[in-house]
Amino acid sequence: MTSTDTARVVHGPKRPGTPALEARGLTKHFPVHGGLRRGRVVRAVEDVSLALPEGTVTAVVGESGSGKSTLSRLLTRLTAPTAGELLLDGEPVGGSARARRAYAGQVHLVLQDPFSSLNAVHSIRYHLRRPLKLHHGLRGPELDARAAELLERVSLTPAERYLDKFPHELSGGQRQRVAIARGLAVRPRVLLADEPVSMLDVSIRLGVLNLLDELRERERLAILYVTHDIASARYLADTVVVMYAGQVVESGPAVQVTDAPAHPYTRLLLSAAPDPHRREPVVLRGRGAPPSLIDPPSGCRFHPRCPLAMPVCAESAPPVRPAAGDQVAACWLLDPERAPGTAPA
Amino acid sequence: MTGEPVLEVRDLCVDYGVGKGGVRAVTDATLTLRRGEVLGLAGESGSGKSTLAYAVTRLLRAPGVITGGEVRFHGPDGVLDLLEADAATLRRIRWDQISVVFQSAMHALNPVARIDAQLTDALRAHRSRLGAAERRERAVELLRLVGIGEERLRSYPHELSGGMRQRVMIAMALALEPRVVIMDEPTTALDVVTQREILDELMQLKDRLGFAIVFITHDLSLLIELADTIAIMYAGRIVELADAQRLFHSPRHPYTLGLLNSFPALHGERVRMEGIPGAPPALTALPAGCAFHPRCPFALERCAHETPRLTEPAAPDGAPAPDGAPAGRAAACWLHTGGEHVPAPLARVLGSTL
Repeated sequence: MTSTDTARVVHGPKRPGTPALEARGLTKHFPVHGGLRRGRVVRAVEDVSLALPEGTVTAVVGESGSGKSTLSRLLTRLTAPTAGELLLDGEPVGGSARARRAYAGQVHLVLQDPFSSLNAVHSIRYHLRRPLKLHHGLRGPELDARAAELLERVSLTPAERYLDKFPHELSGGQRQRVAIARGLAVRPRVLLADEPVSMLDVSIRLGVLNLLDELRERERLAILYVTHDIASARYLADTVVVMYAGQVVESGPAVQVTDAPAHPYTRLLLSAAPDPHRREPVVLRGRGAPPSLIDPPSGCRFHPRCPLAMPVCAESAPPVRPAAGDQVAACWLLDPERAPGTAPA
Repeated sequence: MTGEPVLEVRDLCVDYGVGKGGVRAVTDATLTLRRGEVLGLAGESGSGKSTLAYAVTRLLRAPGVITGGEVRFHGPDGVLDLLEADAATLRRIRWDQISVVFQSAMHALNPVARIDAQLTDALRAHRSRLGAAERRERAVELLRLVGIGEERLRSYPHELSGGMRQRVMIAMALALEPRVVIMDEPTTALDVVTQREILDELMQLKDRLGFAIVFITHDLSLLIELADTIAIMYAGRIVELADAQRLFHSPRHPYTLGLLNSFPALHGERVRMEGIPGAPPALTALPAGCAFHPRCPFALERCAHETPRLTEPAAPDGAPAPDGAPAGRAAACWLHTGGEHVPAPLARVLGSTL
């Protein structure tokens, strides 16, 4: 934790050493073109600091519009940030074309929809050979050997059966495995997976999640898992980061955040999630919908929906405070001076 | 919980295409929906759950063809076979007695018509004696029912959020007080909080107005909280049918067990789960015998060439059928036809505490 002008809290798994990828104060404001709100901005991501150490999975959880996908795009450098910087292995990332290509070889994105992220007119062999040629300059028979090895690493065996297939001949889960294999071709340090299983059939989702888990162990990858499904985040991740309206509201060890949420928004998410073990009727901890990011609420952005809101919540944004252990949350309830007599349960 | 039947489906078969190129999308589906009940239809994409619902309402479009079975609807004026009904009868029954909420409210609403016009359209067609003022009054009442204010009457669909649009769809489906509402993935595209709000409202409306719901979804964990009875579909067949609690705590079909093991829990120890190996089959290349046998960890030799029928499991599961409902549960699996050793996970007994 470094203290510059304000103490900045870095979210993500705590591990000794330099994280594989670190984001400091990432902010993205999209300009609004045309219409009555011309000249204003959509505050999609505000001041997010995140560290992804190798051999860990960090889950980013939130509703649509929470900024979780924008965050993953900022980390791939597909979107240029309004403010903030990225550090790969502790080194600031440069802006030259050479630096960009080097970055693309280290940080790879797996997209949500394996039906459109693979090119329908090319075979699996072609998809896997491209990155090997472009990033490693491989030629000849070595290419095919490496392509086959990649398929084996994502459990598509025997590889010969898949190499000459086309995307439409594979199931959704197999296509997502090919997309991950293609990502591994460049030998990345960091894998950014944006809703990698939400388009897949229920019975094959776990297979892909387990594959990500094995890659973390075996390849020591730093994985960012972006999802709306808090149960799968709990299953896979070391650390869960909860985003609301472009800001991180809570982060901490996955089981701790889901078993003892500190932020009222995390509690709302958990109370709404499907749970077959639930015996009593659902009591929603808050109502309404996320706010517009062009004109976000003052103070804490969650206060209009929060069942525990206090006057201070509308006035100023709460600082990030420790809740328990490595768990932190941005909520006035955690402030001993502001909180009413009862601490949050 | 259970009343008299409102909708009975017997041995329904649906094909897509005829002759050589045809595939069977639904095979021998048998279901009973009772008054005020929520019947859940769960399955993966291509399992035939939506096809079944569209066949029942006769909304199936070519190349879909109903090739067998019967659908008996118990209406206010007697029992009617929907598969035999002519166009005029269907027109009278649809929306009035059986209504449908489609998956994507974004596309199901007319983008160039205001909400009030779309809400009163059904009233104009089915309740011709109502005047304009009465129709408007009813539209306001319907919107209030689903938690939307009167000021939204003159809005266009694009001015509403996704959750509000889905609420309008539900209000439209309830406009004529039907006996049966069929909902095809009504909340899949919505965020969890919005989904929960809408489902809460829906269940309250159901208790108040007494309609029955057929709820189609791929999310079994949600269905267990919501439904009274659940039918699990795989490759066009119903493979297990049971009340929600028994299906969850003592599944009988290996596919149901696999599906239940595919949803990570929100509580307890984190344990590695395995899901189901392989992928669902294409309808054009269904395996012989039980369609699930290539993915089944308990497959027997006969599973590869004989197709099991949906029957009551031979092993007693220890719990009496709720409220004395007939045929408490059924599974289509050779393990439960008697004489076979049933693996422990498929022989669990529902705890007496429930």
